Amino acid sequence: MNLSDILDPMFRWPLVTGVIFAALLPILGMYLRLREEWLAALALAQVAAAGSLGSAILGLPPQAGALACACTAAACKGWIAKTGNNGYALLMISGWAAAILMLANVPIAEHLGHALFDGQLYFTGVTHVAFGAAFLLVVAAVMPWLSRKLLLERMFPDFFRASGLSARRFHLIFDLLIAAGLALATASIGVMGAFGLVFVPSMIAYRIGPSWRGALWVATGISLLAYAAAFVLAFVTDQPFGPILVFVLAGFAVFGYVAQGVFRQTAPALPGR
Amino acid sequence: MDDNALLVVTELSAGYERPVVGPVSFSVRRGEIITVRGPNGSGKSTLLNALAGGARTFSGTVRRQPGVRISHQQQAALPLNSVPLSGRELLALTGADARGLPEWIGPLVGKRLDRLSGGQLQFMQVWACLKAPVDVVLLDEPTNNVDPPGVAHLRQEIAAMQPTHAILVISHDYAFLDGISTRTLSLGS
Repeated sequence: MNLSDILDPMFRWPLVTGVIFAALLPILGMYLRLREEWLAALALAQVAAAGSLGSAILGLPPQAGALACACTAAACKGWIAKTGNNGYALLMISGWAAAILMLANVPIAEHLGHALFDGQLYFTGVTHVAFGAAFLLVVAAVMPWLSRKLLLERMFPDFFRASGLSARRFHLIFDLLIAAGLALATASIGVMGAFGLVFVPSMIAYRIGPSWRGALWVATGISLLAYAAAFVLAFVTDQPFGPILVFVLAGFAVFGYVAQGVFRQTAPALPGR
Repeated sequence: MDDNALLVVTELSAGYERPVVGPVSFSVRRGEIITVRGPNGSGKSTLLNALAGGARTFSGTVRRQPGVRISHQQQAALPLNSVPLSGRELLALTGADARGLPEWIGPLVGKRLDRLSGGQLQFMQVWACLKAPVDVVLLDEPTNNVDPPGVAHLRQEIAAMQPTHAILVISHDYAFLDGISTRTLSLGS
């Protein structure tokens, strides 16, 4: 394809859909990493993919099934988390197995299945943008309020206990937010594309971010840059979007490690260390 | 019951899987700086945890005056794990005022906490709890790893806060609160 074709109106909705999730997922990834629960993101993405397929088989919008399954899994997270990462790993492989079996046995699921696992962003439309925009509004409304509570609970858990408050409520709200974000993103940019945007930018930002706020900007900036590069690369080379996005993100991760090494070698030591 | 007390502890026996401290009774009033002393294993940290709601109460009660706010600096280091939080952001979490920080650490509030030294990090952690907008401050070995100028600064701040707060301090540095502690609570082995 020619690069000039990218300006065709039919690619505007996919572009906007991707921008929304490329801006949101790394922010959610920062807080997931704060709770050391990045494996939960992959598990929820797999469950959302299975939910999407099940929904399509029943003739419902894929987003509905993805949301229902991911949010149910998130609501049960307290119980799952008791097993540590084992519970998330089981959830992840079960979600994957269910999706593949549906894909193999129900013809109607095949097209959507490829989109979910290949990350065929270019086939998204106005419905995906509408769901993404609604989610963007929810995150914009909730996260400024939730951020301090999540950070405070992590650093000073006694502030909650000593005030007679329970952190469980705030964690549940965040869990549902994560589940909804991953469900909607999975239905648009695929399982691994969504997980990559949660995992990689936050990983780099944790290493090179100058502060929490600075790291949020770093993560979002990296994510948007990687997304833009992958969007163009996948388009020009006529390849599925998901794997290209993951390769670009992996490239950024390697660059992040190298940059941090260079920074450490050149930065002056702090006084008193 | 002491109606003016911020906390009233009555026959409290607390711990985790089994009782570690108590039974112990005392009350905490505004204007008090209480030094908690006792040999290792006597349950000093568990007592502060129990006051903050972080330990299990086996018997007895901890009654709080309605609306009393408590901050608790735990002996364990902050669970940073590479979280890119700056000192300024840490203080903002508890609502602590950065004004009054000593000159040697003031310029570092914009730095990431995981790039500070152990002593600098400890000082920031103590400051975040000490200067939070609360009524009762619980400090568990606040002077660990802190240089003498930092210890002196903390002592000065604690003394200045005495009229408006109640402060309970565990410290093996017996000189730290000499002259400003209003009472000592001794726990047996």
